Amino acid sequence: MSSRPELQAPPEIFYDDTEARKYTSSSRIAEIQTKLSERALELLALPDDGVPRLLLDIGCGSGLSGETITENGHQWVGLDISQSMLNVALEKEVEGDLLLGDMGQGLGLRPGVIDGAISISAVQWLCNADKSSHEPRLRLKAFFGSLYRCLARGARAVLQVYPENLAQHELILSYAMRAGFAGGVVVDFPHSTKSRKEYLVLTCGPPSLSTTIPNGKGEDGESCSDDESSGDEENRTVCISDRHRPRKKQKINKRGKGREWVLRKKEQMRRKGNVVPPDTKYTARKRKSRF
Amino acid sequence: MRLLTHNMLSSNIKGVTNGFPLRIEVEKVVEKQVEINHDFLRNIFPKIDWKAFFDASRVMGYAELPEEAPEPLVLESDLEFLRKFHHALLELHLEEGALVCPETGRKFPVNKGIPNMLLHEDEV
Repeated sequence: MSSRPELQAPPEIFYDDTEARKYTSSSRIAEIQTKLSERALELLALPDDGVPRLLLDIGCGSGLSGETITENGHQWVGLDISQSMLNVALEKEVEGDLLLGDMGQGLGLRPGVIDGAISISAVQWLCNADKSSHEPRLRLKAFFGSLYRCLARGARAVLQVYPENLAQHELILSYAMRAGFAGGVVVDFPHSTKSRKEYLVLTCGPPSLSTTIPNGKGEDGESCSDDESSGDEENRTVCISDRHRPRKKQKINKRGKGREWVLRKKEQMRRKGNVVPPDTKYTARKRKSRF
Repeated sequence: MRLLTHNMLSSNIKGVTNGFPLRIEVEKVVEKQVEINHDFLRNIFPKIDWKAFFDASRVMGYAELPEEAPEPLVLESDLEFLRKFHHALLELHLEEGALVCPETGRKFPVNKGIPNMLLHEDEV
């Protein structure tokens, strides 16, 4: 398996003219990106009222995902750090406006103006410290903070990511939560290394019916049901906003206290000077379960 | 870059309290025809900062917009206004020029319709 692009060079260097051209002319990549964008739009759960919305495409690159947004009838603004990739988008004459910018510096958008945001295979780039002045945590903070602000109330952000490892996954999640987002992770095809795709579905504003996270897709393309067994892998949806703490179980001592113990205790009390009923054959007899 | 996007953009420079709106310096404006969608216009209208939008349209060379933001009810019926709104919002493109931060005066150049919003190391 070839090395991850994130480990080779910073995105504005990695995605130079050659790579940009390769990225766009490869039909396989185009197909995958289109599928990812369609799934992300699906997860965005925009109201089905035929009203075009204004969406943000973070890391829009050469406009592959942007074209999917246009096909679904919405307006969009795209942000990318690579001039080469944006040039390809220009050539394709995409409908959305393009911005040359670094998401780790903050999005620079006015509060509450965006109806939804998607990002395909881009946010994991924030976890790499490419320049000495870059501190990934500050960049993640700036990104999620500015994203939260610019989204309208009740809007969602769906970020398809390729975290390198669990630590990166946790890092991205924690900064999203800190910024005030609620939501969870949807994993499609969790058991397949090749097809496994992870989407961060983040919601702004108070939780409501619209914030329930959908199920991830199983191996055969069907939705995973909730009660799957095994549970050795973290499967389908992991809801972060509510955690179930295990209730402390009361200790049940099966042995109980026998007749001997009761008699001993009664003797103890007598010695103390308490008034204790006399010992009879009925002492410590097993009572009906009603007691 | 269309005025729709310009109306959303704000200067992100460290220390700036209000980076909105960015002043426009025009070098080249292009008009591109786009199909009108009334639903979209009605949906986006409440989010538009009208003063910034009006000033920007003036700078881009379009003087047909009213200075005062009309009542939302006007959008339901006044097709002529919707036409003008649509034209200024989505059909005027700033191809070459610059966006200027209102507080620091720092220029964000616009080339081939793409504003360069990358901040320098000391501005983050």
